[in-house]
Amino acid sequence: MTRISPARVALYVISALVLIYLILPVLIIAPISFSSARFLTFPPPSFSLRWYEQYFANSAWMQATRVTLTVALFTVVIATPCGVAAAYAISQSKLRVMRVIHMALLLPLVVPIIITAVGIFFVYARVGLVATMPGLVLANVMLGLPYVVISVLAGLQSFDPAQEMVARSLGMNRLRSFFAVTLPQIKSSVVAGGIFAFISAMDETIVALFISGGQYQPLTKRMFTALRDEIDPTIAAISTLMTAASFMLVLAASARQKRSG
Amino acid sequence: MTSGPDPSQKHQRREHGLMLALVSPALLVILLLIVLPVGWLAWQSIYHDGLTLENYRRVFTEDIYWRSFALTFEISLAVTVIALLLGYPVAYLANSVSKGWSILILSLVVLPFWTSVLVRAYAWLALLQRTGVINQFLRYLDVISEPLAMVHNTFGTVVATVHILLPFMVLPLYATMQKIPGDLMQAGASLGASPSLTFFRVFLPLSLPGVLAGCTMVFVLCLGFYITPELLGGGRTVMVSMLVSRNVELYNQFGAASAVAVVLLLSVLAIFFAVSRFISLDRVLGQK
Repeated sequence: MTRISPARVALYVISALVLIYLILPVLIIAPISFSSARFLTFPPPSFSLRWYEQYFANSAWMQATRVTLTVALFTVVIATPCGVAAAYAISQSKLRVMRVIHMALLLPLVVPIIITAVGIFFVYARVGLVATMPGLVLANVMLGLPYVVISVLAGLQSFDPAQEMVARSLGMNRLRSFFAVTLPQIKSSVVAGGIFAFISAMDETIVALFISGGQYQPLTKRMFTALRDEIDPTIAAISTLMTAASFMLVLAASARQKRSG
Repeated sequence: MTSGPDPSQKHQRREHGLMLALVSPALLVILLLIVLPVGWLAWQSIYHDGLTLENYRRVFTEDIYWRSFALTFEISLAVTVIALLLGYPVAYLANSVSKGWSILILSLVVLPFWTSVLVRAYAWLALLQRTGVINQFLRYLDVISEPLAMVHNTFGTVVATVHILLPFMVLPLYATMQKIPGDLMQAGASLGASPSLTFFRVFLPLSLPGVLAGCTMVFVLCLGFYITPELLGGGRTVMVSMLVSRNVELYNQFGAASAVAVVLLLSVLAIFFAVSRFISLDRVLGQK
C-alpha cells in the first residue's frame, strides 16, 4: 500500500484552498444577482429577477450596452485585418526592421494602461476626439492589436509558406493564393485573435474612463462610477451577463483552436 | 543587358515594399495611439513655457509623491511574494498529477482570467464588506461580534489584486516545471536523497526561471494597477496610477501627472530590461 506523505497532504490542502480563493468570487456573483436582497444574506431570501429587470428597464444602462457592443464590433472589424496583415508580413519578411516593428506592436501589453489612457486623453483633447465614437473605437483597436498579432503569428508558425509558393507558381497571384491557401489554414487563429480583441474591447475600462463621455460611455465606465458610489445588485446582474458572454466567447475560441491543432 | 537594376534585386525591393505596406496600418495605429501619446506625456513633463525639471523635482521631493511611490512598490512586492507562495504549490500540483487533473486545475486557474476586473472588484466588495458575505457568515457562526474591516483599506486591495494576478504567476511556473525531466527526481531518490531534499536541491533551482518570469509579470502589472486600489482601497491606498489620474481629473496638474507617468513607465522598462538579461522577454510576455 502506498502511503501519502504529510507533505503531499499539505500540498493538496493548500492547493484546494487557493483554488477556492480563485473561483469563489466568480461564483458568488450569480447568486447575488438572482437574490431579492441587496446582499447575500443568511438564510438566503427568495429568488428574484428584479435586478435584471432594473438593468433592462434602465435607458442609461441600455445606451451604455449599445455603446459597448458597437465599439467591440468595430474594434474586431478593424483590428483583425490589420493584425493579420501585420502578422503575415512579420512572419514572411526577412527585413531586419520587422523585429523592431514586432516589438512595437506588443507595446500596448508593456506600457501600464493608466499611462496609455492619460496620453491618449491629451492627444485626443487636441484633435477633438474626446467623447466620440471613433475615438473610443480607435483606442480599442490599438489595445486589441497585440492579441490578434500574437494569435495569428502562433497560427502561422505551424503553416508551411512553401504551400503558398506552389499556388503562386501555378499562376495564382499573391492575394488570391493568400485567400485560397494560407487563410483557410490559419483561420482558427484569426478567429481566436478576433474574439480576444472583442473581449478586450468589452472589458476595457481605464482608457474609457478618460476619453469617453456624454452619450458615448461604455458599460464598464458606468459600472465603475456606480461601484465607486454604492454596491447596487444591478451590477451583479450585468456582471453575470458579461461573465456568461465572455465565457461563451472563450469556449468558442478554444474550441476553434483545438480543431486546428 | 548592361544597365538597369538586377531583376532579382528589383523583385526583392518590391517584396520588401509589399511587406512594409502590409504592416503599416497596424504600425500606424500603434504610432498614433501609443507612441505619440507617451511621447507627448514625456514632452509635457519637461516643458511648460520653456524647458523645466520642476515637475520631476516635485515628484522626487514632495512627500505625497514619494509616499505613493513607496506604497506602490511595497504593495507590488507584497502581492508578488503572496502570489508566489500561493501559486507555487498549485503549479507544482498541476505538474505532478495526471493529465486530466492537471487540465482541471489549470482551467480553474484561468477561469477568473476571463471575468472582467470590474466584476471581480464587485465580487470582492460583496464578499469583504462590513455587511458582506464573509462578515455575515462569521457573525452567523458567532465567531465575531463586530464586523471586521476587510475592505476600503490596503488589506482589501491586496486580497483582490493577488486574486487578479495569480494566474500570471501560475502559468509561467507550470510551463517551466513541465520542462523539468522527471528522471532527475528519480535519480535523486535512487541516490538516497529524501523527497524534500530532492525538491530543494534539484527541482526548486530548476524552476527558478519560471519564478523569475512569474514574479516579473505580477510585479510590473501591479505597479500600474488602477481599478482595484481605486474601488477597494477606499481612497486611503493611493497607488501611483491613482496619483496620475487625480492630477489630471481633480487638480489639472498635467505636468505633474506626466512626470509621475514617465517615472512609472521608466521603472517598468528598467525592470523588463534587467530581467531580460537573465531570461528571454518572450517568456515573460508570452503568458499575457
